[in-house]
Amino acid sequence: MSTTTTPPTAAEPTTVIGKSADYLDQRTKVGVLAKQLVRKVFPDHWSFMLGEIALFSFVVLLISGVFLAMFFDPSMALVTHHGAPATMDGQLMSTAFSSTLNMSFEVRGGLLMRQIHHWSALIFVAGIVVHMMRVFFTGAFRKPRELNWLVGTLLLICSLLAGFSGYSLPDDVLSGNGLRITDGVIKSIPIIGSYLSWFVFGGEFPGEHIIPRLFTVHILLVPALILALIGVHLFLMVLNKHTQYPGGGRTDQNVVGYPAVPAFATKMGGNFFIIFGVLALMGGTMAINNVWNYGPYDPSPVSAGAQPDWYMLFLEGSLRLMPGQAEIVTWGDFTLSLNILVPAVIIPGLLFTFLFVYPFLEAKVTGDHREHHVLDRPRNVPTRTGLGVAFLTAFVILALAGSNDLIATHFALSINTITWVFRVLFFVGPVFAFWVTKRICLGLQRKDRELVLHGHETGRIVRFANGEYIEVHRPLDEQERWLRVNYEARRPLEIEPATDARGVKRKGYKKDKRWQKLSQFFYEDRVEPVTPAELAAAHAHGEHDELEPAHDTPELVSGSGNVEREH
Amino acid sequence: MSENQNPQGPSRDVARHDGDGTVARTDRFADPGVPAHHPRLADTDPKAAKRNERIIAILFAISCLGTIASIVAYFAVRPDGTTPGVRLSTVLLGVAIAISLFGIGFAAVHWAKTLMSGKEYVEERHSSSSSEDVREVVQQQFKDGLEDSGIARRPVLKGAVVSALALFPLTIAVPLVSSVGGTWNVNSFRHTIWKKGTRLAYDPSGRPIKASDLTVGSVAHVIPDVPAEERESHEWITEKSKAVVLLVRMDPRDHKRDHREGASYDGIVAYSKICTHVGCPVALYEQQTHHLLCPCHQSTFDISDGSKVVFGPAKRPLPQLPITVDDEGYLVAEDDFNEPVGPSYWERLK
Repeated sequence: MSTTTTPPTAAEPTTVIGKSADYLDQRTKVGVLAKQLVRKVFPDHWSFMLGEIALFSFVVLLISGVFLAMFFDPSMALVTHHGAPATMDGQLMSTAFSSTLNMSFEVRGGLLMRQIHHWSALIFVAGIVVHMMRVFFTGAFRKPRELNWLVGTLLLICSLLAGFSGYSLPDDVLSGNGLRITDGVIKSIPIIGSYLSWFVFGGEFPGEHIIPRLFTVHILLVPALILALIGVHLFLMVLNKHTQYPGGGRTDQNVVGYPAVPAFATKMGGNFFIIFGVLALMGGTMAINNVWNYGPYDPSPVSAGAQPDWYMLFLEGSLRLMPGQAEIVTWGDFTLSLNILVPAVIIPGLLFTFLFVYPFLEAKVTGDHREHHVLDRPRNVPTRTGLGVAFLTAFVILALAGSNDLIATHFALSINTITWVFRVLFFVGPVFAFWVTKRICLGLQRKDRELVLHGHETGRIVRFANGEYIEVHRPLDEQERWLRVNYEARRPLEIEPATDARGVKRKGYKKDKRWQKLSQFFYEDRVEPVTPAELAAAHAHGEHDELEPAHDTPELVSGSGNVEREH
Repeated sequence: MSENQNPQGPSRDVARHDGDGTVARTDRFADPGVPAHHPRLADTDPKAAKRNERIIAILFAISCLGTIASIVAYFAVRPDGTTPGVRLSTVLLGVAIAISLFGIGFAAVHWAKTLMSGKEYVEERHSSSSSEDVREVVQQQFKDGLEDSGIARRPVLKGAVVSALALFPLTIAVPLVSSVGGTWNVNSFRHTIWKKGTRLAYDPSGRPIKASDLTVGSVAHVIPDVPAEERESHEWITEKSKAVVLLVRMDPRDHKRDHREGASYDGIVAYSKICTHVGCPVALYEQQTHHLLCPCHQSTFDISDGSKVVFGPAKRPLPQLPITVDDEGYLVAEDDFNEPVGPSYWERLK
């Protein structure tokens, strides 16, 4: 029998860490994994940190959530509350609400943890949204990362579920009314609506089951799903290696950046503490959801100016905008509540469908099967950038419409007028935003061409011996130029003709034609990058610009500060 | 309307597809390569490095102090049950924890940015797909596996295994779904606890209301008059969710029409407080216009006109509770609402 399994080549470990690593590796072959990860290269850019904000907020949610779960009692049993705050003493309320009050007033640090938890939830969803914006506008969702985009979109949906289920737990007046609105939306679903309402509430609204059920959803189902999806998300990120911004030496075949250990890991760890710190500071100094001011749930009262958490505002706004006339009675006296279905089910459905299908749609109209690891500059894909901004505009208009009562009271405006303005804006705003954004992108691309062809304006006016004045332009250095010429101006799809060589109609031509139409929408307007030949031609025309550098012709410099440029 | 404004017309780029799918282009600028590495101040100046080391150490020390401060705050500031007391404890704890965390965070980032190597590395990427060889092996393995299982030769088994697997989730799903819905008595949406003779009472005190209590222009939030002990249960909260009513006494001349013939009493009308949109309590009454506004989604109902919708996302008027007075002068219901209260649902009119 052999007494050792240590490979003879490895030096005998002497330190504690070395010995533990050896122990672990002898049993798990973890060295193979570590070899892949320890010096793995990660590109560096501030916008790659946005996903970390979401990730680390989630960690803070887990930490503060465990604390809260120790003191929260998710029961709807009615009790008479005894103790702080004085306004609630002796009132009849659910155990859930009473335990929320106790954890805020009796448990030291409890209110802090509640506030940290609530702020973290808001920042968590915000982090996901901003991260998705980065991914969308830079085209990081393209092959091979379409799957990870889907995982991310699922994470967004899970985060909304987590937020909503958590918000409803304290069983206060506001969250109770939120649940009531949810019940109304569920009931509007054709055919199965009333049964679905009983399924969710275990009886009629509110019943006595909804808080314990939401609690299970909130602390078990959704977090488990989120954790699993985060695992997949990060695994795929490591597997595909991170994307990188365009620049010198960055190609689809390499990754340029810093090794995980030490600099990248240290920055990431530091970032966790900074984000946690910001959330602790927010939780400590910014009051949020003071449920004792609202009181326990009672089906009768409701307060004006009550807004849901920000990520639900778009749904609330969409409900507010839809005119009631849309509710119709169909054949057979069935009620079809389109005034609820359209804003609360169909519009969010469309928004999420857009997110789910966009990567595949774009790949199809681009006719693109390659892997992409170098990101796009948003200006270089004007239609995508325009669509993204249009999407965000629709989202923001709906969110603002969800605050129309606050806008009305703060600016002393008629709420009916505001609502009508938003109804129109919801249709006009995204189209206008698309058009403006696309124009700006094309303009920026032309500016890039201009810069590459003619260089930077220097403000240096030179007079020639024949009396001619020119402004000297400084050519771009090769890194600056590379950034502006290294992209592909994609073109609309080219399709096979309608008939083949023998004049027989080709099957599938109409379908191809439709895709080509869409492709033209995407890529008809485009600005091509400058080619070396164009640059050479530009230099040939404007040979004056070649009078470089300044010290070659010092006697001709007539001033660099206040001289007006001539054109 | 092509925007192709290139001075030379369509680009003369030639796309050439290599075997591995990458595109090589001619007439393109050459990649200048990774920019030259610039050493940072601390890389070249030992004094700067020393200074940064001190800063990092101080930041870590600040974190230690923050941790100590948070523990002191925890033990020293006991909240006394009042809101300001709790707030003080929360602020002190929160700020101390933040200092502790910021100390570590900023120290780590500063360390990474100034003292750790700032040299960029280039790593090769490999294709995201597995190689052709691997694919062939895997395909063969699956083929072999299928062959071993013999399923291709035994179609009966194929059908049997699919049926069994498709059906077995029902063993869990049926009891779960069935139990989760309780009694599934969806007809209960149609009725409230109002019935002929139920007195109208103030919410939340439960005191019955006399018609003579109400002056013209006054509004009352109303619940059915039930014994106080019955109002301390879940059943009550669920019933109250459907039964709440808003009572308004208007000048009878202001009524444009009555939604339900003979349902009002001397200018006093009672309407369900549950919005016909998604069920929020409709609570804001505007005395001059007789408009009733739902604060959730701003559906506006005209009380003087049978509570018909004048603005917003609701379609139907609020159901009216028919009322009259009993022998003692108390307001009583003449009957339940004659339609389901609250949001619409598919079989509402059935």
